[in-house]
This record gives sequence, C-alpha cells and structure tokens, in this order.
Amino acid sequence: MTTPVKDPKAPVQKPREGLLKRLTRHQLFIPLAALALLVLFNLIADPSFFMVTMKENSLGNPVLSGNIISVLDNASELVILAIGMTLVTASSGGQDISVGAAMAIAGSVILRLVCGGQVSADTMAMPLILAVLAGVVVSALFGAFNGALVAYFKIQPMVATLILFTAGRSIAAWINNNQLPIMNDLSFKYAGTFLPGIPVPTPIFITAAVILFFWLALKFTNLGLYTQSVGINASSSRLNGLDPKLIKLLTYVILGVCVAIAGFVRVSRSGSINYSRIAENIEMDAILAVALGGNALGGGKFNIYGSIVGAYVIQFLTTTLYKYEVPSTALPAYKAVVVILLVVLSAPVVQEKLANLKRAPVKAAKEVS
Amino acid sequence: MAKELTVDKQGRIRERAAMSDTNLLLTITVVVFFLLYLSAVVFLGGGFTKPQNFLNILNNNASLIVLACGMSLVMITGGIDISVGAVTCLVCMTSAVNLEQQGGSIFTVILIGLGIGLAFGVIQGFLVAYLGIQPFIISLAGMFFAKGMTTIVSKEPVRVTSEGFLAVKDTRIIVPGLGANNKLGQYVPAYVEIGVIVALLVVIALFCLLRWTKLGRAFYAVGGNSQSANMLGINVRRTKFLAHVLCSLLAGVGGILYFLHVGSGDVANGAGDEMNAIASSIIGGTLLTGGVGNVAGTFFGVLSLNTIKRIVSSLGFDEAWWSNITVAAMLCLFLVIQSVVLLRKNKK
Repeated sequence: MTTPVKDPKAPVQKPREGLLKRLTRHQLFIPLAALALLVLFNLIADPSFFMVTMKENSLGNPVLSGNIISVLDNASELVILAIGMTLVTASSGGQDISVGAAMAIAGSVILRLVCGGQVSADTMAMPLILAVLAGVVVSALFGAFNGALVAYFKIQPMVATLILFTAGRSIAAWINNNQLPIMNDLSFKYAGTFLPGIPVPTPIFITAAVILFFWLALKFTNLGLYTQSVGINASSSRLNGLDPKLIKLLTYVILGVCVAIAGFVRVSRSGSINYSRIAENIEMDAILAVALGGNALGGGKFNIYGSIVGAYVIQFLTTTLYKYEVPSTALPAYKAVVVILLVVLSAPVVQEKLANLKRAPVKAAKEVS
Repeated sequence: MAKELTVDKQGRIRERAAMSDTNLLLTITVVVFFLLYLSAVVFLGGGFTKPQNFLNILNNNASLIVLACGMSLVMITGGIDISVGAVTCLVCMTSAVNLEQQGGSIFTVILIGLGIGLAFGVIQGFLVAYLGIQPFIISLAGMFFAKGMTTIVSKEPVRVTSEGFLAVKDTRIIVPGLGANNKLGQYVPAYVEIGVIVALLVVIALFCLLRWTKLGRAFYAVGGNSQSANMLGINVRRTKFLAHVLCSLLAGVGGILYFLHVGSGDVANGAGDEMNAIASSIIGGTLLTGGVGNVAGTFFGVLSLNTIKRIVSSLGFDEAWWSNITVAAMLCLFLVIQSVVLLRKNKK
C-alpha cells in the first residue's frame, strides 16, 4: 500500500497545514459541523424554528417554549445516556444496547414505589428521593449484571446486553404486574416538566448537573485515564497494576446509574409508563451520539463532550424531521441511514482511500483499478 | 486457536479440535432437547404426548429455523446479524401489500422475499467484509432501517384475502402414522405445513454446505482464526461477505415462510426473532467467537427453545412477558456455559 509517491509529497504538504486543517482534525469538528449544517438548514427553510416565546403551561405558569427549548429539553435523557455509553464504549469496545429496556425497568421501579402498588395514586406513597434511589440501585445492579457478563465472562458487549434488551421491557411489565400506574401528584412531575416559578424545563438543569458531575469526575479522578488505558490495551493496563475487569464492570455500573436518572426524567414527564413504548429506539440514538462525537466504537480514547454535542445534534435532527411531518415510526429508517453513512465515513479503509484521493487523484484511481 | 488446525498421519490438514468441539456441543444440545421433551411428556403429559403437538412446534417455527440457520452461518464466521427479525417483518408487510393492493401472486411474493433479503445481504456484507465495520453496528442500523421501512410501506396491518395465496398457505402435508383419535373417536391425521418442508430442506442443504464444500470449510476457518485462514489462501473478505449475503437471503426466505404461516402483514411480525435466532444458535452449540457450530444443532436449538417456552406456559406462566424472560434466561445460561468452557480451555 505504501507507495513511494507518499514520501516526497509529505514534506510539501506539512507547511500548508493551516488553521483549517487543524480545525477539521479536531474531534469536536464533525458534531459541531453537523450542528451548524442543521442550524443553517433550518435558518434558510424557516427562521421561525428558532423563535422562543413565553407561554402559559397547563398550570398557568409562564414558561419558555419553542423548538430550541424543546430540543434542549427532550435531548436530556439522550445526553445522560450518551455520557455513560461513551465510558462503556471506551472501556469495553462495545455498546450497551439494553439502555432503553433498562430505562423501562428503572421507571417501572420508581413508579411502583411512589404509587405504592396502586394503579392510580394522587399522593406519593414514599418520599420521591427514596424511590429514585431505589431505581438507581436496581438499575446499577442490572448494569453490574451486564458488566459482569462482559468483563468476567468475556462475552461481546452487544450480545451480553442483548439479554436485557429482550427481557428488560418484560421485566418492567412484571414489576408492575402489567398494570400501567399513573402518578397524579404534581410534585412528582417537577423533574420532568417545570419547577414552580421557573420558566426553564427542569430536565435541562438535571442534564447540566450530570454533565458538571462528570466534568469534575474526569478532572479530579483517574476514571478517564483508567477507562482509556483499559480500552486501548487491557493486558498492558493489568501489568501496570490496574484491574481491567473491575474497571469495565465499573463503567457498566456508571451507565446503569445514568440509565436510572434518564428513566426517572422520562417517567416524570408524564407521570406514567408504557412498557413497550418508553424510550423506544433510544439505544440506537445513544450509540449514534457516541459515534457522531468522534469516539471510536472499538474503544480506547474518548471525549464525552463530543458525545454530548452528538446527542444534541441527534435531538435537533429528530425535532427538525418532526417539524417536516416525518412520522415517528419512520424515523428509525432515516437515522439508520445517518448511522451507516457515519460509520462508513469513519471506517479506516474509507479514510485511507479518501486521503489518497486528496493527495494524488490520478494515482489513487490507478490503485483502485 | 491455531491448535484447531492439526495435521493427521497422512499429512492432511484437519480441523480436528474445532470439529470435536462442534460435535460435543451438538451432542449436548440434542441430549438437552430430548431430556426436556421427555420430562415434559412424563411430568406434564397432556398435549405433549400427542405427535401433532410436536409437529406444531415445527409448523409455528419454520421461519425461525431458517433464520436461525442463517444466523449460525454468520456466527460461525465470527459475525452476527441482528437485522433478520426486522427483515422478516419487512418481507411480510411488502408481500401483503403486494398481494392485496398490487394484484401480486405467490411468485411475486417469493421474488420480493429473495430480493429484499439479497439487498440487505449485499449491502451489510459489503460494509462488514470490505470496509471492516463491526457487524453488530451495521446490522443494528439494518434492523432499524427495516423497521422504519416497514411502517413506511404500511402502518396498518394488512390481511391477505387472495385465494391463490390462501390455497398455498392452507396446504397441509399429512404425515402418515402419527395421527391420533380425537375426543369423538375420529381419526385426525397429523400434518405439517409447506414451510416446514422448505425449512427442513434448508437445514439439510446448509448442513451439506458446511460439512462437505470448500466454502463451508472456509466459513469455519475464517471464524476460527481469520489470519491463519488468510495464510491458507482463503479469501477472508469474500467468505465473510458470502456469509452475510446467505444470512440475509435466508432471512428473506424466513420472511416468506412467516408470511405463509400467518397470512398477514403487521409491524409486529417477527418481533424479537433476531433474539430467538441468536438464542437458538447459541443453544445449538454455535460459539459467538466463531469457528464452531452446526446447523443441525441450531435446528435442535430452535426445538429446545420452543419446548421450554411451551413448558413455561403450561406451568401456568402464560402472560406474554414470561416468554421473553424465558428466552433471555436460556440465552444467558448457555452464554455463560460457553464462556466458562472457553475460558477453561484457554487456560490449559
């Protein structure tokens, strides 16, 4: 593959490597460029997309409304999941496809506890914080189950999580005896809608808090370093005194906690749950967010901010598609095309070809033929 | 894993260890199935004693048998394809719309099934084999694409009323000697549907392909160790590509069989079948890591899985969710067993 043409050309190119090139090489370039593209498209097609107005919600409180607010609001669960998914991807080189089903479980547990087993309840049977904690614990345990299969039994992550992917929604239904509990207490919905007197949707604050937490955790602990080193080379990290299995397990547990928070936000939006519909296809979006953020799906180096921007881009895309009346059931088809394009463009073989094309179009054409 | 290629006394290269693994796991599967079924007959009796009950497992799962065999092929080469259930669903819906609204016939249905399967196979196979993208990501995207396309074709369930089609659908092939007398004392012959015959033919064809052809042996070699397969002169990429094409093509065939069985297009068709297919393959002794497996085992895997489902539901756990939980539990159990077996072997 290495042609002698490559070497004499390389020094010529180096001085030309300007600001633009460095920009395009930056990991955040792809998600930000995609975001800019979407913003531009909407700006040209219909500038009113960006209007933010004050409206009264059903309770008579003035709240912000508009497509941008709805993007920021609705992306919350996805952003939270994408952070956990990035860690899992980095450490184990695979993705957890059970996050949607696990969100159903967490939501089901929380609803069951606050409703006290009733089908419909007007007041909470136990303090909300305890119910959410229970949801977090259950979800972390399921995360640990996935993590144990991956780390200790060495099963491919996607296959290991396929187990929970299939059983999760059934387990969620089983927890509530297949009833669909409804929580009517307004304070339960604070986390998913608005706090009284505050015009910004609460999920935005929750997401910000989670992002802040992970920023601090990555800055002040070795979580990021250890995760990367395990993902890049597990056996050499073991020789350096790390326990790769434990770290892999830990990332799955962290994802479990993220899933519980996302599940809580999702159920508190409506105060109810539909086991087969809740967070449907969100695993796809979460994986897409990680890929869009420029993270290698095979593990290793990662950048959670890329995934976070990626998640917002996906929600932006979804909201835009909804605006142009694409039915929600057909959305997966469009997103699948985006995923395939992304992974094809980031595939090493394609990148090499593209680089060759840029360098010497004629030579590359000859090589292909 | 290079140990699997050994040279025998005549100097021929044999995949001795790999084959013995395959046979060992196949034996376990067959034994598990017979134990399951016998214990069901002994402890539960009732329906399990009637031959028709057993044939109904085949009738209801003809499409799954085909899907699972395709899955085994891909898994033997070390890949995976989770789009098969959604492809089944897409084939059903497109066929139903074609029959009802465009005046198609059974032949157009077959063309549609094979065409959709081939299209998915060629695209996914190309992306996996020649661009080196993880098969799971590609087939996950394929699964969502097929799901989305199904609802674009039709959101509402489409029930087929075409007579020519229904005649084929209701054709029953009598199995001599297995009939039973019903409560009124009349003799009711045992039967299988056309789909079962097709499925059995597919199993036999794939069994022969895997055991006695160059391509079949290449599947094992690539899955066992693609580097040494490459050194043996096997075209690894082409082999992987063909495995994915075959798998999706069989998903198309499975779609036709599913459609023949239920006679309608619905977005819920084939839901979770990718999971059932993977579980059946794994129960049937196909290793996720590749290089080991057998379609005969997969066939018994499908039977075991559905026998367990029936046992669970006749024990009184007949709510819909138990079936999913059972499949997941079975899958988990067999995955862990495989993993433990593999880890032990690697330690030796």
